[in-house]
Amino acid sequence: MDTGTFRGLITLILIIAFLGITWWAYSKRRKPDFEEAANLPFADDDEQPSRDKPAASGDEADSRHDRGDKNT
Amino acid sequence: MSTALEHPTYNYKVVRQFAIMTVVWGIIGMTLGVILAAQLVWPELNLGLPWTSFGRLRPLHTNAVIFAFGGSALFATSYYVVQRTCQTRLFSDKLAAFTFWGWQAVIVSAVVSLPLGYTTTKEYAELEWPINILIAIVWVTYALVFLMTIKQRKTSHIYVANWFFAAFILTVAVLHIVNNAAIPVTPMFSTSIYAGTIDAMVQWWYGHNAVGFFLTAGFLGMMYYFVPKQAERPVYSYRLSIVHFWALIMVYMWAGPHHLHYTALPNWAQSLGMVMSIILLAPSWGGMINGMMTLSGAWHKLRTDPTLRFLVVALSFYGMSTFEGPMMAIKTVNALSHYTDWTIGHVHSGALGWVAMITIGSMYHLIPRLFGRTEMHSVNLIAVHFWLATIGTVLYIASMWVNGILQGLMWRAINADGTLMYTFVEAVEASAPGYFVRLIGGLFWVTGMLIMAYNVYQTVKRSEAVSQQPMPQAA
Repeated sequence: MDTGTFRGLITLILIIAFLGITWWAYSKRRKPDFEEAANLPFADDDEQPSRDKPAASGDEADSRHDRGDKNT
Repeated sequence: MSTALEHPTYNYKVVRQFAIMTVVWGIIGMTLGVILAAQLVWPELNLGLPWTSFGRLRPLHTNAVIFAFGGSALFATSYYVVQRTCQTRLFSDKLAAFTFWGWQAVIVSAVVSLPLGYTTTKEYAELEWPINILIAIVWVTYALVFLMTIKQRKTSHIYVANWFFAAFILTVAVLHIVNNAAIPVTPMFSTSIYAGTIDAMVQWWYGHNAVGFFLTAGFLGMMYYFVPKQAERPVYSYRLSIVHFWALIMVYMWAGPHHLHYTALPNWAQSLGMVMSIILLAPSWGGMINGMMTLSGAWHKLRTDPTLRFLVVALSFYGMSTFEGPMMAIKTVNALSHYTDWTIGHVHSGALGWVAMITIGSMYHLIPRLFGRTEMHSVNLIAVHFWLATIGTVLYIASMWVNGILQGLMWRAINADGTLMYTFVEAVEASAPGYFVRLIGGLFWVTGMLIMAYNVYQTVKRSEAVSQQPMPQAA
């Protein structure tokens, strides 16, 4: 195999690897796992993250207080 | 340190040590930068001594800010994040303590050997071979502590921040050992085992991946923990974080040749480096967008939370400098920008805007928690620090853009008969105002760091006073 063919094959393998990773990451089956993983920074806290808390104007006053974690 | 601060599960001692040293080395490294900026305005400030000359202090500045300030910050945050997201204690307290004292020993030997003139002459790898061996030992220990901690985790997943930290640790080990392979001649002199163009290519394979893995992957690890924590919401897209992680580490490896455009490096290698650098825009922006979008629905917090402001502005500068970088890697643009102050400006928009800002934001989140508090001594002082850092960065990069383009255009200007229109020293003279503005930007930064040091000192002091009382009950 000459160098040009070898380089072409490497490029092809890398493209397939990239597409494979993308397909794997975006497949529906992985969704619940990833949601669990995404919440790991909050898993050892007492409080749960407020993902969908509406950006109401009244929240600003508390936002200073509710951010400390209690597990230090 | 009082035992009242000890966490029942986690090893916070080594994190505290590294966090405090981050602030200390930050002040020292940036002060050195200000001295160098002043020397470029007033060359007499080198005092006519060899030890304080620009050529010896400059590597000391880069080593101090990258490896002492940035390195300590990475050790502190990686040890903190890996414990909290794996819900387990560090693999070994003794080995972790060894990485702290070993790393400080490396930095102190740099502080001594670089002004004395000992250097391998490789940029960002100037330290001589005995120090390099110590770095390799400390780094392998770091890898062992970090990876074994992941191995004994109590959670099923490895959180994405730990992936970035692990990639950074493993790659830096490989880069350091390969690039510093040398034959010792005397106790403080060695010669590289590579020759000529190969040596240059190995050096910039190392140099660019030091940017890609030390200053990018490591700090993205920081970003993936501290941005969600401070914004109080999980990362925008965990899927995107996986895809951009693998894309980033696959592509970064190949971008090094853009440091050697129009040199003896074969043309095909230069073009490959250019193409890979342009592709790199996509995974870089994947990280930037993921961090930014984490704030969707929480933007109002920026109004009251200067720590979050540090983190978000860091992401903005990350996006900006990872756009500028691929652009400068294009050969025709590089023909104008190479060897000018534009490069220095680009480096600092990454180093000050991204690396230092994300570090400072993370430290303002981390330090109170390490010392048993929920908030820094003064939130207002964080806001003051934020504006000093932002204005300082803008002054720095704007003046270097102007200087860089000015120098590039003056160097290439040609008279009708083909002779150069300007002498080199005329370009230096024209750069003087820009150098002065940069000095002011640097002074803003050091002032901000001193304010941070005061704020940290007060936070630590108050927490010690609280922990000495018998019943530290909050109202």
